[in-house]
Formats: sequence, C-alpha cells, structure tokens
Amino acid sequence: MTPSSDLVVQTEQLSKIFRVGFWGKRVTAVDGLSLEVRRGEVFGFLGPNGAGKTTTLKILMGLIYPTSGTARLFNLDMGDPRAKTRLGFLPESPYFYDYLTSREFLCFYGHLFGLWGAVLGRRVDELLELVGMTHAKDLQLSKFSKGMLQRVGIAQALINDPELVVLDEPMSGLDPIGRKEVRDLILGLKESGKTVLFSSHILHDAEVLCDRVAIILKGRLVACGRVTDLLDQGASHQVELVVDRLTPEGLDHLRPLTDKVVMQGDRMLVVLKSQQQVEGALEIIRTAKASLVSLNPQKGSLEDFFIREVKGHRSPPEKRA
Amino acid sequence: MKILSIALNTFRENLRDKLLYNLLVFALLMIGSSVLLSRLTLGEFHRLILDLGLGSINFFGVLIAIFVGIGLVSKEIEKKTIYTIVSKPVARYQFLLGKYLGLTITLFVNTVVMALGLLVVLYAQAVPIEGMLFKALALIFVEFMVITAVALLFSTFTSATLSAIFTLAMYVVGHLTADLQTFGAKMDDLSRGILNGIYYLLPNLERFNLKGHVVHHLEVSGSDLMLIIAYGATYTAFLLFTASLIFHRRDFR
Ligand SMILES: Nc1ncnc2c1ncn2[C@@H]1O[C@H](COP(=O)(O)OP(=O)(O)OP(=O)(O)O)[C@@H](O)[C@H]1O
Ligand SMILES: [Mg+2]
Repeated sequence: MTPSSDLVVQTEQLSKIFRVGFWGKRVTAVDGLSLEVRRGEVFGFLGPNGAGKTTTLKILMGLIYPTSGTARLFNLDMGDPRAKTRLGFLPESPYFYDYLTSREFLCFYGHLFGLWGAVLGRRVDELLELVGMTHAKDLQLSKFSKGMLQRVGIAQALINDPELVVLDEPMSGLDPIGRKEVRDLILGLKESGKTVLFSSHILHDAEVLCDRVAIILKGRLVACGRVTDLLDQGASHQVELVVDRLTPEGLDHLRPLTDKVVMQGDRMLVVLKSQQQVEGALEIIRTAKASLVSLNPQKGSLEDFFIREVKGHRSPPEKRA
Repeated sequence: MKILSIALNTFRENLRDKLLYNLLVFALLMIGSSVLLSRLTLGEFHRLILDLGLGSINFFGVLIAIFVGIGLVSKEIEKKTIYTIVSKPVARYQFLLGKYLGLTITLFVNTVVMALGLLVVLYAQAVPIEGMLFKALALIFVEFMVITAVALLFSTFTSATLSAIFTLAMYVVGHLTADLQTFGAKMDDLSRGILNGIYYLLPNLERFNLKGHVVHHLEVSGSDLMLIIAYGATYTAFLLFTASLIFHRRDFR
C-alpha cells in the first residue's frame, strides 16, 4: 500500500451523472471510479471517446462537482484552495483570450499566482523557451495555429512550477515534432520530480511515457497498472513466421496452430496463436522439408491491449441490443 | 490583486467589443442631435438638451451594461477560458467580482465619454452648467452598477438571451415600482401584499433618476445623495452575493 502522503491524486467511487435536455435525461459520464496517482510518476489516463476522461479531470480541477464519491489532491479535501497553488492544468482543446500576446497571456496567469515584475518576466521567458514559442512572444493568440495554442497552453499550466501537472490530451493538434517535444517535456517534468497525469488517445505516447496507465470505458475503470504488467497479463504473445516452399499438406497440418496465413508467391507469412505453438510448427516445417526464413515473436503493444479490452467490454451490451 | 488582474483583463476584452463602440457612437449622435431638435422648439431649448442628453446617456449606458454584462460569464464558460482560471488559486467569487469590476471600469470610461459629449453640446449652446448635472450623472452611473449586477446574476444561471430579457424587464419594472405601489393601493389585501413585496424586492431605479431635478433646477441635499448611493451599493452587494452563491454551486460543462 502506498502511504497516503505519497498519493497526489486519489479518487474513491467517483461518479458523475449529467442531466441533459429538457427532460433531464441522465447520462453517466463517470461511474464509481477509484484511482490513485503517486508522487513522481507519469500516469496515463486512457479510454475511447466519451469514456469520461475529461469529466474526471474536470472534477479533479474543481470545475464540476461529482454526483457522488470523493476526490483528493495532495491528500487535501476537494476545493481546498491550497491544492490549486500546487497544480497546473491544460484543458482539452483550449481556447484562450485571443486578444493577448503570448507574453501578456502568461503574465496574466502569473498574476493569478501573485507573481509580478522581474520574477514573472524571467519565468515567462523561460517557459516560452521551454515550449519553443520564443519567436511568437509578441504575437496575438488570435494569429496562432492549433499547435501553437497547445504549446502556450502547456506553458500556462507550468507558470507556477506546479508539483502536479494535469494535461487533457496534450498531444492533440501537434505535428510529429511537436509531439516529440511534448514527450520530452513530460519526461523532463518527471525528471525534476513532478507528477504528471495526462489523458490521451495516442497509445504509443502513453506506452513510452507512462509509469502506469488506467484505461476507462463508459466511466468505469477496466484496467490499471504498469504498462509492462498489463501487456504481460492479458496478451498471449503471437509469433510471426515466414516460410518458404511449404507443401499444401504441410500447410494443412500447420493451420490449426495459426491465427492467420498470408500467401506471398512461394513464401507465406504465418501468425502463430502463441509461443506455445512454436515447437509444433517448427516440427511440421521440418518434416515438410520447407525452409524457415524468419521467426519473430510479436511484442504486444498497448494499442492491441487497449483494443482488446475495449472490444471485450463492449460486446455484451451489443448482444443485448 | 487577483480580482484586479481579472478586472483589467475584462476591461481590455470589453474595449475590443464592437457593440460597445456602436452604442457609444449612437449615444453621442443622440446627444448631438438634441441640438437640431431644440431648434424646432424654441422656448424649451435648455430643458430639451438636458433631458435628451441625460436620457441618452442613461439609455445607452444601460444597453451596454446589459448586453456586455450578460456575456461576461457565459462567454468565458462557452469558450472554456474559465477552465484555466478556476483551476488556478482563484475562488469563484473572486472571478465573478473581477468580471464585474472590469465592466464597471468600462462603464465608467463610457459614462465619462458620453458626459463629455453632453458638456460640449451644453457649452456650445451656452446652456448654464450646474452642479446638479454632475450629481445626476453620478446617480446614472450607480444605476449602471445595479443593472450590471442584475445582468451578471441572471447570467450565472440562465442563457445569455434569457438574461438579456430578464434584465431588460427588471430595468423597465424597476422604473415603475412607484406606480406599482400606487396601483396596489386600490387593490384587495392579498394583491396589495404581493405588489408591496415586489416593490421592496425589486430595485427602485427611479431613485437614481435626477433628470427632473436638473431640468427644473431643483436641489438634492448631499445627505440625500449619499443615502441614494448607499441604497444602490447595498442592492448591488446583495445581487453580487446571490450571484456568487449560485456561481459557486454550478458546473462548468
Ligand atoms: N457537459 C456535458 N453534458 C452532458 N453530458 C456530457 C457533458 N460532458 C460530457 N458528457 C458525457 O459524458 C461522457 C464522457 O465525456 P468525456 O468528455 O468525459 O469523455 P472523454 O473520455 O474525455 O472523451 P474524448 O476522448 O472524446 O475527449 C460522454 O458520454 C458525454 O456525452
Ligand atoms: Mg476528453
């Protein structure tokens, strides 16, 4: 058990029901979610569109109130003003005061933390440098591209040198270089001892960045843990073989062991169900006097895991319908 | 300090609002046109300029207070700019007060500009300028502050359109509350009770109207003036307090 002083974010049975439309139809956005984010880790918050990621983050930021359950930041109760001084937040697809230049924009947020004068000026220059926006410091936000807005948005979240940085889809709208830069920035934050909680659809980024991830679906937690553990547990690792000149009889023997066979002229690509099938397959290939060109164990990716989890949880309701 | 930062940012934002300039130009045109009208009505010359001038300042100022006021908060929620502010160490009431103060600064600048327009016209037409005129202008400004608070209150819980309608209604009824009471005097007990309740609940905006005094050269004592200002301030504080309570409980979605 992690001592609660090391828990930066903690939610217990968090639920949010929205009432929409004239009749107040109930939409459950978050459903009994219990999560813990520990000090110093990079935590990825994953889930398909509409899973409830943004809603959860908005509850944590005090923008909306939960229907039930509790959320704590830095072991402080919800709404404790002390928590907000130690926090940085980048909303999803942010809009900002577009009549300000990036400098003015960051200065404004600095003032909200009681930063003024030369101290603030230095901090703003540092941050503009950090997010690679120094060239646009005197440009109005209305003239910014989406990626540029995302960058000053991240700078805005860091103005108070926060202990916990919460980013709602920080990579969206960024080009590959920008995404790489944000990845490096997140790793830099981790290096300087900060805790980062971010939501994303880009699983590759989550896989390389995160110490732990949570996957939610329809507001419920379906998996949570270290990326490597998650990949080990569910995934039976597939193995890819490329075989030359296998006879039709040989192929018939091989079929039961495979998931997929793709013919490429004389060669064929064979995907085995799991590592356990490798021995048997090699035996068949040997007796059929075919030659083995290559053998590749497939490392399960977070993406595969994610898709499997999401599909697995989706199918029951679909059957009912 | 946080409130002031938000206020100044709001003021900057207001200055970029085209609506503001359109209304200001209209107000100045109205004030100027009183000169033309007064040519037609020789005898009432001074009265007409003062009446029309103060009336225009009041009318256009109220339009600014309402139509900028209803957008103060709803625009921030719609554009999600509020997300970044409320997640900073800014209490929701501080945000609300900052927005309110920002529009107050805007309205102050506007009132000064319109008043200068009126003074120019008065001077050019050799109308004597009396101290009463400035008292009237001060109370017009107090009325703007009340109306802005009404608009802000409505906009914390309804859409911009409904807020505009409600606030306009409040403005109109607020000027008729005295009639409400005389009207009630002729009714049965229950109706009179209800009308009296409304009378005390709604702002009595006629209190802020010193046009008649200016035009007819009547005086208002300093202590009476202070009393009226205190009434406006208390009413505004009550409105802002209620708005803060509602705003505190609300989801930004
Ligand atoms: N303001 C709102 N009013 C009503 N329902 C809402 C509101 N915001 C979100 N929802 C509903 O709550 C659910 C979760 O939405 P949420 O925005 O949290 O998802 P998300 O995981 O952030 O999705 P995405 O990846 O697309 O950003 C959705 O079903 C959505 O329809
Ligand atoms: Mg989202």
